[in-house]
Amino acid sequence: MKSLYKILLITILVGAFTSCQKDSRPNYQYMPNMYEPVGYEAYGEYEVFPNEQEAMLPAEGTIARGMSAYDYKNTEDDYQAAKANLVSPLDSTQVDLERGKVLYDIYCGICHGNKGAGQGTLAKREKILGIPSYADAGRAITEGSIYHVIYYGRNSMGSYASQLSEEERWQVTAYVEKLKTDLEK
Amino acid sequence: MKKSYQSLEDNSDHTMKQVINRNLSSRFLLLGLIALLSFSSHTIFAQDGDPVAGKSLFNSQCAACHKLDKKMTGPALRNVEARLAEDEGLDRQWLYSWIRNSAGMIKAGDAYANKIYNEYNKTAMTAFPQLSDADIDNILAYTAQPKEEPKNTGLPPIDGGPKGETSSFSNKIILGALALLFALLAAGLFLVNKTLRRFADEKGIAVASDDREERTPIWKAFVQNQFLVLMSAIFLLLASAYFAYGWMMQVDVNQGYQPIQPIHFSHKIHAGDNKIDCKYCHSSARVSKHSGIPSLNICMNCHKSIAEYNGEVTPEYSKEFYDGEIQKLYKAAGWNDAEQQYSGTPSAVKWVRIHNLPDFAYFNHSQHVTVAGVECQTCHGPVEEMEIVYQHAPLTMGWCINCHRETNVDLKDNAYYTKIHEELSKKYGVNELTAAQMGGLECGKCHY
Repeated sequence: MKSLYKILLITILVGAFTSCQKDSRPNYQYMPNMYEPVGYEAYGEYEVFPNEQEAMLPAEGTIARGMSAYDYKNTEDDYQAAKANLVSPLDSTQVDLERGKVLYDIYCGICHGNKGAGQGTLAKREKILGIPSYADAGRAITEGSIYHVIYYGRNSMGSYASQLSEEERWQVTAYVEKLKTDLEK
Repeated sequence: MKKSYQSLEDNSDHTMKQVINRNLSSRFLLLGLIALLSFSSHTIFAQDGDPVAGKSLFNSQCAACHKLDKKMTGPALRNVEARLAEDEGLDRQWLYSWIRNSAGMIKAGDAYANKIYNEYNKTAMTAFPQLSDADIDNILAYTAQPKEEPKNTGLPPIDGGPKGETSSFSNKIILGALALLFALLAAGLFLVNKTLRRFADEKGIAVASDDREERTPIWKAFVQNQFLVLMSAIFLLLASAYFAYGWMMQVDVNQGYQPIQPIHFSHKIHAGDNKIDCKYCHSSARVSKHSGIPSLNICMNCHKSIAEYNGEVTPEYSKEFYDGEIQKLYKAAGWNDAEQQYSGTPSAVKWVRIHNLPDFAYFNHSQHVTVAGVECQTCHGPVEEMEIVYQHAPLTMGWCINCHRETNVDLKDNAYYTKIHEELSKKYGVNELTAAQMGGLECGKCHY
């Protein structure tokens, strides 16, 4: 009988130790104050911020370094105005179609297709429907309208201003224009 | 496709003109015209298009802004023609001109055109001059189809689940069965032993183990043998040192850490099934130290259009479960799906951070992702197969150093490296340089 108790004790002990291992909990830290940053880190929780949330929108009226103000508003009239008047600040030496293609394939190709015909993976899998070809006559996109739509989004398309910088948006615009001419051939 | 409807198109063009004439002229003329046109299979009263062709047109042209049963950028279109005729008294002619040039109608002051334009926040409908009457007839035929009732498939098939989950499930069953078997065996042995002893007692046979007092107990014998004591002490110390070292080395190594997130986001569905690039959501990995957690507007880029999950399901994760998670996203983003606008109060989603380097180690994503062109999977593992993300790599210093020693730097066509490459390859006498040879092991690169 005595041995039975011993066996029981050992199984309980082993069980107790192994049950502490849990993947949904982080491991122990040794000297945590060497691990935790003193300064504020991205995505940290600090009392000075509203809701203790470090990630916030930029202050209103400020422009991030390397960007410039975009004067067109997110309205139908300004869309038409941008379509007619807005031109790329990049000259022919600054346009980098290779980089434009890399960015296009990441951000646009998933819906619009890598050829711009509206046949991206999400369209083929029927997750998002009705994606137009860049050559669509009814839309007749221009440099300005492409940039405007990347900036604000349109209809079901969202804004890509948070994923692409100003210069990157113009590079993608140049690449979309190239796809459009290829499609119209 | 367009060609096959060419004849139809001509016909309907023709008949449409007759319709106008009919409206304007007398019934007598109409009868005559019917007689004239009777050779055509396509009569004025049967302008029903082909719903199959209409579906493909609808999906390619209209579905960006319209759904059949749900408001999207534009109104729901199920039975649009009948509803327009009933509520507004507008006929197909009106729809033709609206679809081809809605802006023109609004400018011309058409009452209903202006009403719908204002109702939808002055969102102009794209003009579709390329759609012929026949095309529009087909689309209208598709929208006029009755709604399909969702098929009641009952329980999802169990074998549809991903192999990892089902196999871990069956592993648990096998382990449980084994444990039960052993328990039964032990109990059986115990009972056999007991009965045998009882038999022995009854028959008066002394069991051999009863002469214990005559032997020296084993622990006494052990203590008396000093060599054995020394050896086992050394063995015990070494073993405990080994385990203590092992335990201490895994302190703050979070390999396999798999926290539960506030919204069940499946990387398997997004990055695996739908092949969305990692950098689509984690766009700052290209350009900054951090690989950012996407803000909810990036989720809404797609989920504005995708309100329910229609992929494969497992017993553990049903369609209802995934739909519920999308609703959680809508709630956090303040998106009202029925009204198709942001009307709620947005709230932050408190994602749980998985990969976390200590403060004394510096790591920069852009340097690895953009400059070196390292695949995300090299460090993060097969994320596109993870239903719930876990930490794949140990993220220890040894692990970093190993990769820097083994990875050749891509120097081709990179003017920035030309001179360094020349000098370093002379110094080390090699053609390919590893990250370590370029200074990737210097302390100050990561610790400062």
